[in-house]
Amino acid sequence: MLEDLFSATVLIGILTSGIRLATPYIYAAIGETFGQRSGVLNLGVEGIMLMGAFSGFYAVYRTENVWLGLLFAIIVGGLMGLATAFISVTLQAEQGISGIGVYLFGLGMSDLLFQKLITQVETVSGFPEVAIPLLSNIPVIGDIFFNHNILVYGAYVLAFLAWFFFKKTTVGMSIIAVGENPAAADTLGVSVSVVRYFTVTLGGVLSGIAGASLSIALLNVFQQNLTNGIGFIAVALVYFGGWRPLWVLAGSLLFSMVNSLQIWVQVMDIPISPDVAVMLPYILTIIVLVLSAGRVRAPSALTKPYERSG
Amino acid sequence: MKKPIVLLALLLVAAVLSACGGGGTGGSGQEGPFRVAVVMPSAINDLAFSQSMYDALLKVQNEMGKDNFEIAYSDNLFVVEDAASAIRDYASKGYDLIIAHGSQYGASLQEIAPDFPETSFAWGTAGDTMGLPNVFAYEALSQEGGYVNGVMAAALSKTNTLGVVGPIEVGDAKLYVDGFTAGAKATKPDIQVNVNYIGSFSDVALASEAAQTHAKAGADALTGTAQMVVGAIGVAEENSIPWFGTQSNQSSLAPTVVVASQVYDWTVLLDQMIDLIKKGTYGGTAYAITLKNEGLLIEFNDAYNLPAEVKALGEEAIKGIKDGSIKVNVSQ
Repeated sequence: MLEDLFSATVLIGILTSGIRLATPYIYAAIGETFGQRSGVLNLGVEGIMLMGAFSGFYAVYRTENVWLGLLFAIIVGGLMGLATAFISVTLQAEQGISGIGVYLFGLGMSDLLFQKLITQVETVSGFPEVAIPLLSNIPVIGDIFFNHNILVYGAYVLAFLAWFFFKKTTVGMSIIAVGENPAAADTLGVSVSVVRYFTVTLGGVLSGIAGASLSIALLNVFQQNLTNGIGFIAVALVYFGGWRPLWVLAGSLLFSMVNSLQIWVQVMDIPISPDVAVMLPYILTIIVLVLSAGRVRAPSALTKPYERSG
Repeated sequence: MKKPIVLLALLLVAAVLSACGGGGTGGSGQEGPFRVAVVMPSAINDLAFSQSMYDALLKVQNEMGKDNFEIAYSDNLFVVEDAASAIRDYASKGYDLIIAHGSQYGASLQEIAPDFPETSFAWGTAGDTMGLPNVFAYEALSQEGGYVNGVMAAALSKTNTLGVVGPIEVGDAKLYVDGFTAGAKATKPDIQVNVNYIGSFSDVALASEAAQTHAKAGADALTGTAQMVVGAIGVAEENSIPWFGTQSNQSSLAPTVVVASQVYDWTVLLDQMIDLIKKGTYGGTAYAITLKNEGLLIEFNDAYNLPAEVKALGEEAIKGIKDGSIKVNVSQ
């Protein structure tokens, strides 16, 4: 039984599933990285994802145009992000609690709209799989990496763009400065509010896409609470990755790979109780979090509203 | 915290909205109509467990007339405490029958029911009434339809591999899955039935990935139970793999691949309970829906081109279970 797990089909299967499963985590966690780097903790990711998932789904359900669906998810995610920024930057609300408010709003609102506008679980045809020419023909590698829908590719591109953005661009560095020492950034002429509005809204947009990647690309259905906690895991993955995009990407992949491993373990009839198998990704996340604690420091101004003194 | 009022207002709005998913037709409190309230763990339109009860209530309402039968519901109450307060609310409002539609609500009912001796409660899926005189229990012998689906799935399979996407290994989900395996093995003793419990009733993404995995592992017929299977049905449709449903008729979701669904029709039981309540008996009976009492129905999807000999095998299994010549042995 156990040796079956190491056959080529199974290994390719695990890696392919892992790449696919990681998609919503990557969008949401990279989006959250932007906000946290600038000092804003947004715990409402899950709620924004749900709104993005619903609005994207609804647009595709009505128009059968997946791009319009994506656009819708981006707009709604962006608006939710903007609202979150207003609450935490302008109103300076306690971020941990207001984030839960945003989550509950998204959970309730997406369900309410679903009940009123669609009423029944329906399917749509979402983003199709696009085999990348030439690359997808490479044995093994092609199957694992180059045979997915466009939102899956987008997630990986995004992680590298975010890395480049923080490492090499002035705006990226301003964001880091605002998260570390907002008063100093302010004296240097960087507007703390503008930066935080930008990062939190961008986080909303990416959470919206994260939701849409489920509802119109990977699953092509909407159901109440479709995201089922992915948004909260994404927040944990930001800590896990030490606020660095490529480590956040690695964390998302690790979590998803272990999840796909546990699915295969059960399917291959390996005698491990399913209750234990489904715990594996979570146990692993906790272990890595504990091991990585103290390794990197959180942005100094994280969760602290900024008010100009004097 | 700078603006506690704003925050409080926001939380309130959020809380109200998250409670708005449910709703229902309010009761008037007059003598006359029979008033039923139901508390459910998932959405009334989940194409699965909760919907099966809501649909049955609508059916009873159609039989009795809208003026004689009132329905109120609270859905999405996966959190047991919330469900418990809803149950207590309905009881205080004088509903005639309050249905706690989820095994997890049992302990709450045990506390609440004795406080309202004149109110009747129904609890399912559960096999016993906890010794309370005003509690009915109901369950679905879902292994029966599971067996029938298993027989047909095995007959359709060419790769000799079937895939099952389950939620958590408990209750009627376990019964269904074990029944399905038994039916498949009875048809082809050497068939491989791969079972995957994803550990959740709501993780659509994981259910979808589990179905992808079954497909990769060679399964050429799939089934699954609970409300998160919509994700798996999507995968079945994309890969043109026949799907066997349970709890509600899932044909509408994927007309090209759904072969048949075991449908829970609680109407039979509801009718009996309502009769008893009207005569002054508020509980004490444990019911089960079965193929024999037609609380379980196998509904074929006409849009799916099922070979006649496979359908015949399925019908033979239904007949066998009804007349007792086939015994589906599974353990709870």
